[in-house]
Amino acid sequence: MKAKHQRLILIVLALIALIGAGLLASYALRNQASYFYLPEQMAANPPEPGQAVRLGGMVEPGSLEKQADGITVTFAVTGRENSRIPVRFAGILPDLFVEGSGVVAEGRLDASGTFVADNLLAKHDENYVPRELEGMSEHQAAEMAEETTVGLE
Amino acid sequence: MHGFANPKRFLSLAQWLTPLLLVSGLIVTAVALFWGVTSVPPDRLMGETVRILFIHVPTAWLGMGGWSAIAISSLVFLVWRHPLAAIAARAAAVPGLVFTIICLATGSIWGRPTWGTWWVWDGRLTSMLVLAFLYLAYIALAQASDREGVSARIPAIFGLLGAVNIPIINRSVVWWNSLHQPPSITMGKSAIDAVFLQPLLLAVLGFSLIFGGVVLARMRALLADIQAEARLRRRALEADCNA
Repeated sequence: MKAKHQRLILIVLALIALIGAGLLASYALRNQASYFYLPEQMAANPPEPGQAVRLGGMVEPGSLEKQADGITVTFAVTGRENSRIPVRFAGILPDLFVEGSGVVAEGRLDASGTFVADNLLAKHDENYVPRELEGMSEHQAAEMAEETTVGLE
Repeated sequence: MHGFANPKRFLSLAQWLTPLLLVSGLIVTAVALFWGVTSVPPDRLMGETVRILFIHVPTAWLGMGGWSAIAISSLVFLVWRHPLAAIAARAAAVPGLVFTIICLATGSIWGRPTWGTWWVWDGRLTSMLVLAFLYLAYIALAQASDREGVSARIPAIFGLLGAVNIPIINRSVVWWNSLHQPPSITMGKSAIDAVFLQPLLLAVLGFSLIFGGVVLARMRALLADIQAEARLRRRALEADCNA
């Protein structure tokens, strides 16, 4: 065997081992490296009330309500398997925050199981659609919302 | 392939290919960005800020592509010992870093109006920042190996090691819950409407041509450096002999 073939085999084996190690480490980090809890994860495994966590999912259509004080809003964040976490937030909503769209809320669960958010981040989905097309795509929009939830996995 | 490994043949090719790539890249990029900024409709949710797409996505791809080029060149250098491969790897580092930084900066500017934050430590953003640091480390290592007479194999091995980060960046939005959205373009399918996709692909072509041109220009500069060094050394030696 020529020296360069030995080097090639050695480097390829080292690379396979290295990439394997990287992939295993990333896989093991799956939960730790996630930026937020999904509603179903939070329902199945609720964090301690008062512990700072993030909750991410879709804003349930029709759930957004403005409270009497004018700055507090309540809505529900939904995931798959009909999971649903009620959220309360007092402050300025991001521009992209709309019902049926993705959101990441930073805050904590209170004793009653409501998520009290200190901060809201709007999550954009992977679809880029010009405004003109928007009107005719009610069905498409529903499909997109579904795809985005899948993407949250 | 082996023919181009000859520095002389490479230089005569690069001499006319470098300006060709740079000029055509600048023209294509200017057309794509003009198209993207002036005649693309606003996005349904993001509005006008969608136009950052035409810089953000090409620079992100080329930031990752730059490291892929470093890794492949390093492999060729380590296995076949082609000196030109080591030079190609070194030449790709600075443009790769610049494109990664542009990607991070435009992403941050885009994040403020769309997400409501300049920066979050989610998987995609963090792994991209790690790529920028890897570039810095690679550049420092390559320069050190040049000056201190350390083997050029060390930056090449580092270039291969760092390649682990590339699939992690790519998969970060799929494996982990992240604020960054999942990929829009996967396996020939695109969730980007054609009115955005066409100028985007043109911008990708334009930025890639510029990238290629800069890499060739830097390779020529590095080769010229080596030649100048060799000539100086020879002259010093002759002076020694005459004295």
